[in-house]
This record gives sequence, structure tokens and C-alpha cells, in this order.
Amino acid sequence: MKKSAIGARIIKDRLFTGIIFAFSAALIIPLIMILSHILQKGASSITPAFLTHLPAPVGEAGGGIYNAIIGTLYLVGLASLLSVPIGMATGIYMSENKNSKLSYFVRICVEVLQGTPSIVVGIITYLWVVKPMGHFSVLAGGIALGIMMLPVIIRSTEETLNLIPHSLKEASLALGVPYYRTILKVIVPSAFSGILTGILLGVARVAGETAPLLFTAFGNPFINYNILKPMASLPLMIFTYATSPYEEWHNYAWGASLVLIGFILALSLITKGVTRR
Amino acid sequence: MKESVLEVKEFDFYIGKNQILNKIDLTFSRKQVTAIMGPSGCGKTSLIRCINRMHELVQDTKVEGQIRFYGKNIFEMDPILLRRKIGMVFQRPNPFPTMSIFENVIAGYRLNGIKLKKADQNRIVEESLKKAALWEEVKDGLHRKGTFLSGGQQQRLCIARALAMNPRVLLLDEPTSALDPKATDHIEELIVELKKTVTIVLVTHNIAQASRISDFTAFLYIGELIEYGSTQKMFTVPEDKRTEEYLTGKFG
Repeated sequence: MKKSAIGARIIKDRLFTGIIFAFSAALIIPLIMILSHILQKGASSITPAFLTHLPAPVGEAGGGIYNAIIGTLYLVGLASLLSVPIGMATGIYMSENKNSKLSYFVRICVEVLQGTPSIVVGIITYLWVVKPMGHFSVLAGGIALGIMMLPVIIRSTEETLNLIPHSLKEASLALGVPYYRTILKVIVPSAFSGILTGILLGVARVAGETAPLLFTAFGNPFINYNILKPMASLPLMIFTYATSPYEEWHNYAWGASLVLIGFILALSLITKGVTRR
Repeated sequence: MKESVLEVKEFDFYIGKNQILNKIDLTFSRKQVTAIMGPSGCGKTSLIRCINRMHELVQDTKVEGQIRFYGKNIFEMDPILLRRKIGMVFQRPNPFPTMSIFENVIAGYRLNGIKLKKADQNRIVEESLKKAALWEEVKDGLHRKGTFLSGGQQQRLCIARALAMNPRVLLLDEPTSALDPKATDHIEELIVELKKTVTIVLVTHNIAQASRISDFTAFLYIGELIEYGSTQKMFTVPEDKRTEEYLTGKFG
């Protein structure tokens, strides 16, 4: 080959590498800007009192987001409780019966569900749960978030189980272990880290959801542990406070944003730690 | 011929519409090593998998004829109980990755929910690992993960795991095909030792291996049993021309 042709290729190659690098670097810029902005605005609000006190009325100093933190943990916990068993069971079924008609149908449903806007999930839950009950509740919020978590959990369970070698299943069955015990005691434990990653990703995804909570958990300026009553949450609080006309509420919103981002960041780091093991 | 443990009678096996095995008649004698050899695709693995009904994991299979285990038709038995009496070791070592060496050996009991006293567990693990000639190498690290062992050690761990259930028959599906020559030697010595206590069915595509360690040999070719008899006789004066050609390396 001619020397000049090789030269042209090297230049093309460098150019291509350069473009990829530039775009990757460009991606980081807005991310850092968002984080630094929130850190700047929010860090000053973060005090022990901010994390452990209920919101104060307008004009009064002090007050915190304790109810929203508890609310978010409560809602996410409830959503996980509802979606993890169903999602894992569905994922196991789909991985075990790859070619069945039901698997095919469920796979389509999962894809559609994954693409469904969160506000639609909120409205549907409103019609299904809030309307018949007559009032907003933690339960309705948990169901809405649970529905949003389902596709993530089903997918990750199915995909992780597909990676488990068939030989493990054979080893267990050849020992005379019944099928259901093989699944529960050999296959699922082997896939544990992958499934846990999926669950944590699901949690991270719904922890910041606002839209489905507008019509379901609704919000609450006080602390509430009753599953049938409305409850605050971080994203809802951010929404309410950020759209309010009061300067100190804006600061609340920044502080709450920082707490929420910190929570999701912590989850991502845990996920990374789990998968590395 | 000695007392028979397993009898295969007029046995046909289909996957979908393909007939894999055709009218197989075979008898496996107690505490002997029987080798099943033949070229790839001859159905030897299918045959051994039918013996403990592992073929049922594959969809759309069909069997005709009988396999009798101590006179009982295995297709009328509970596959779970059958598999506890007929252990199996696979081509590739497959220890459970989440379990330690100790847990791997005792897995047949634990996974089945059979409760054992600690002393019994220790005894079974030690005995099984000794039978599998692995005890000396691992006795100081029983609580390490089984997957840290070498390939040959993993395979002996899998043999120990199968032996722990105290099976009557041990099915070995090309147990050395993924191992190096030294580990292969080790396993072969072990097989000869094991036949004192258990009936062994060995699938192999390695002719030399069949001649070294088996008492009886069955030669399968395209789903049919071409020849079956004592290893010594088959390797010196084969009856069928195809056997002779296979043994002399004309095909396979």
C-alpha cells in the first residue's frame, strides 16, 4: 500500500478518536455544572436541623425536610416490597421459559411499560387506587413507583439469569434436587449480585420521580406513618418549594435536591460495589 | 457376566423428529466400569443422559423401550429419587460457584433440605473427598470457594459431590475431556479405585481411555449399538468391521 494512503488512514483514525473523546468530555460538562450548582446553592441549607425537623411555616426561621426524607424512604421501601417479588418471579419465569407464548407477551409488555411516561402511571394509579379509596395515600404512591420499578427488575433478573451457565442447573438436578429448589437455592443465589444491581437501579430510578406522586402520595407537611394517608417525598417537596414565591423555600428546594442527589449517588456507588464483587 | 444393575432394552430416543438412538440393548454389570465410546454425534451422551433422565431438561424429547434399574423401569420412577441413586459427573467441572468446598460436597443434602448433624456432615465430606482422592489437597481449606481449585481438582470435587449421595451408579460424561493429561491420569486412577464400591458408566471419545480403564465397552455409531462386550476382547478381536475401523483410527 502507498505511504500516503496509510497516512490518510492514520489521520482519519486520530480524527475519529478525537471526536469520540470530545463528545465524551462534553457530556461531563453539564453534569459537573448541575452538580456544582446544586452543591453551591444547597450546601448552605444542609444542617442537622434541616435533616431532622419538619418544615416551618412561611416567614418562620428554621424548619427542615425530615418528613420528605422519611416519606421518600417509606415510598421507595413500599415500592420495592411490591415490585421485587413480582419482578423477580417474572424474570425467573421468562428466563426459564424463553420461548413460551407468555414470555413473548410479557417481554412486549415490559418494553411498553418501560416506555410509559411516569405521569401516565400516576394517572392510572389515581384511577385504580386513589379514586376507589377516596383519598391520596402512601399506598397509592408505593404502587405507582412499584409499577415503574417493575420493568427494570424484570429485565435485570432475566438478563442475569440468562448468563448463569446451564451446567449449574444440571449439576443441581443431577443430585436429585427438585426443580424449584434448584432455582431458589442454586440459580438465584448465583445471580444475586446482578439481581440486586437491578433492584438498586430501580430504586435509584423511582426515588427521583415526581409526576406519579402528584396524584398518589400527594404530599404532607407533617410526618405520617399511616399507609392509607398521604405523605411527603423529596421530589414533591422540591417541586412545591421551587415553584413557590418565597426565597427561603427556594433554599429548601436546593437543599432537598442535594439530599436526593446524594441518596441516588450513594445507591449508584453501592451498586458499583456490589457488581465488582 | 456379573449381576446386572442397569438394563437398557430396545431403547429408542428422539429429539423432535430426529431419532438419536435406535434399538439399544445393553446391560451394565455391578461394580464394573463400562465405557460407551463412539464418534461425535453417535448418541453416547444422549444415552447416558437418559439413564438418569437428564434428557427431560431438553424440550420435545421422546423415549421408547425401557431402561431398568435393579429391575424397575426408570421411566416409572420419580426422577428426583432416581437421580439420587444414579449420580452424574459432566464434561466440564461445574462446582457451585457460591459455595465452599465443604458446601459443594454436602450440596446434595443441603439443597434437598435433608438435615444432618454437624458430625455426620463432617464425616460425609471427609469420606467423599477421600473417595475422590481430593482430601489431602483440600483438607486445610475446606471453606474456600470450590471455584478456586484447578480444573482437575474441580472435577474431583464434582465426583465427591456425586459420591456424597452414596449412589449405586456413577455416570461420567467425558469427565476428562476438559482436563490436561496429568489431571486425566488422576481421574482415571480414581475411576479404577471407585469401581470397588460403585458401578460406573463412562462416556468417552478417547479410545485409549476406554481400553485403559474399562471392563466392558460398548461401541455406538450413528445411534446404533454396533458391538458390546469385554474391553479386552473388543480391543483385540473386534467382531464388527466398523469397530475395527474405529479402533484403528479410520474414522471418528
